[in-house]
Amino acid sequence: MSATNAVVIPSGPRAYGRRYWLFALPAALVVLLVILFPWIFTLFMSVHEWKVTGETPFVGLANYTKMLSDERFLGAVWRTLIFTVASVVAPLILGVWAAVCFSNTFKGRGLARTLFVLPMMATPVAISLVWTMMFHPQLGVLNYILTSVGLPPSTWVYDAATVIPTLVMVETWQWTPLVMLIVLGGIASLPTDPYEAAILDGANAWQMFRHITLPLVMPFVMVAAVIRIIDALKTFDTIYVITLGGPGSASETINILLYQTAFAYYDLGYGSAMVVVFFVLILLVSLLLLRTRQREDLR
Amino acid sequence: MKSGFLGRVGLYFSVVVLVSPAVLFFLWMISLSLKNELDNTAWPPVFIPNPPTLANFVDVFEKNDFLTYTINTIIVSFSATGLALLFGVPAAYGIAKAKATKAAALILIARVTPGLSYLIPLFLLFQWLGLIGTLTPLIVTHLVITVPIVVWVMIGFFEGLPGELEEAALVDGATIWQAFVYVAMPLARPGITVATILAFIFSWNNFIFGVVLAGRSTRTLPVAVYNVLTFEQISWGPLAAAALIVTAPVLLLTLLMQKEIVAGLTAGGVKGG
Repeated sequence: MSATNAVVIPSGPRAYGRRYWLFALPAALVVLLVILFPWIFTLFMSVHEWKVTGETPFVGLANYTKMLSDERFLGAVWRTLIFTVASVVAPLILGVWAAVCFSNTFKGRGLARTLFVLPMMATPVAISLVWTMMFHPQLGVLNYILTSVGLPPSTWVYDAATVIPTLVMVETWQWTPLVMLIVLGGIASLPTDPYEAAILDGANAWQMFRHITLPLVMPFVMVAAVIRIIDALKTFDTIYVITLGGPGSASETINILLYQTAFAYYDLGYGSAMVVVFFVLILLVSLLLLRTRQREDLR
Repeated sequence: MKSGFLGRVGLYFSVVVLVSPAVLFFLWMISLSLKNELDNTAWPPVFIPNPPTLANFVDVFEKNDFLTYTINTIIVSFSATGLALLFGVPAAYGIAKAKATKAAALILIARVTPGLSYLIPLFLLFQWLGLIGTLTPLIVTHLVITVPIVVWVMIGFFEGLPGELEEAALVDGATIWQAFVYVAMPLARPGITVATILAFIFSWNNFIFGVVLAGRSTRTLPVAVYNVLTFEQISWGPLAAAALIVTAPVLLLTLLMQKEIVAGLTAGGVKGG
């Protein structure tokens, strides 16, 4: 705001500051109903024993202490962490590689980029069904491809040892594009002078990537990493459709166990307590995201 | 950046390696949907349908009530997107103008919360209100996805607008509401397009709310296609056809509006549910 403005209109935009809140009022009411109410009610339920029917006695922190000795829950936490780490690292590496490629101009770039983005836009349930068919141990096309290039067939999602890596592959296929887009946005905003200087100094493509591009886009890579961590922790559709946590409980993540507890066993109290713990875990990661974003704003 | 012949070859090679998993996947999906059951379970696999058949698509619509599910999905996604625009666009304007970063952070928290965590209390609420089995719970819960997308994308757009035009309108005696409707909104139309497309797509794709809240007749397409897998005898052709029917509108929208979608996704790192 310029000083002259303030002189000409004493009630300049600054003074409207409070009135702009009216714009947000309807949305705030919606947020209150569909976001805030569920949070508070979940907290309330988590300290009660709550089945769909019957009494709902207050049990204090029993649901929470139960989690600490619940092998199934602890197993789910462990699997979620493994799945998340792998589903962050792989898309990050591939996504940065893709972003560097798509930052070049070449014939057919627009089409190639659109095709590359399709997996993240497609309906997750639909693609999960097709993956399931492709993983079929006897008739699946993936084992045909493996055997025709001389590799042994894989058990894919039908064996406890291979199910998590296979699901990570699906997750990577689906979400590498998001990393690519965020990093590509970063590369587009880079200055060109360092590159010109580097070319004069006779740097090759790898050196330029390693010493100029990568350090400069690192903040964007960090943003992509945090978004990816949050999304990987929350993964539901693909795991639910492809394995439903199986075989046995080999791919049962927190989110899947949460669903089963609440909507298959109707143990809503215990389910709510899990939601609270899960939410705190994700909130900690989001705070990290906010801090990275703020650093971004400062730049 | 200049690069030599070798660099060019490496670049094209990289692009082919990166893009082919997506392309081959969708081609295989189409191939499965156009083949009869004999070819679909053949070994070695039949890659090109010969002759292609639409029988699987006919089968999907005959054996399931896919027409109803399609209408359900359209009603839910359109309502959830429309309501999100109605609530979200003014809210984003207010937040951008008042520079309310705390409110923006709240929206971000909504973006990161797992969809399941809303479902237990809302499930009970809707049960108590007797709304389970209608489309209302679906529309309301889809707001959890669409409102944050609209607000998040639009905050970015409104912050990027030059404030001078609205200030001029205010000096001329317009109310802030008029400045918003007649000055800021028309300028932000590209942003509204982006927000609409993204909110619509992520509402259309949503599975988790439907699987808990939808009754037999209120299923949305993602839930319906999952039920094809669970309850029918597994036959690949119809299953692939059903999957293609569900996701085709979204894929076409992505191909047609790729510029807007890329712009929106790059800005917000948006994802639904």
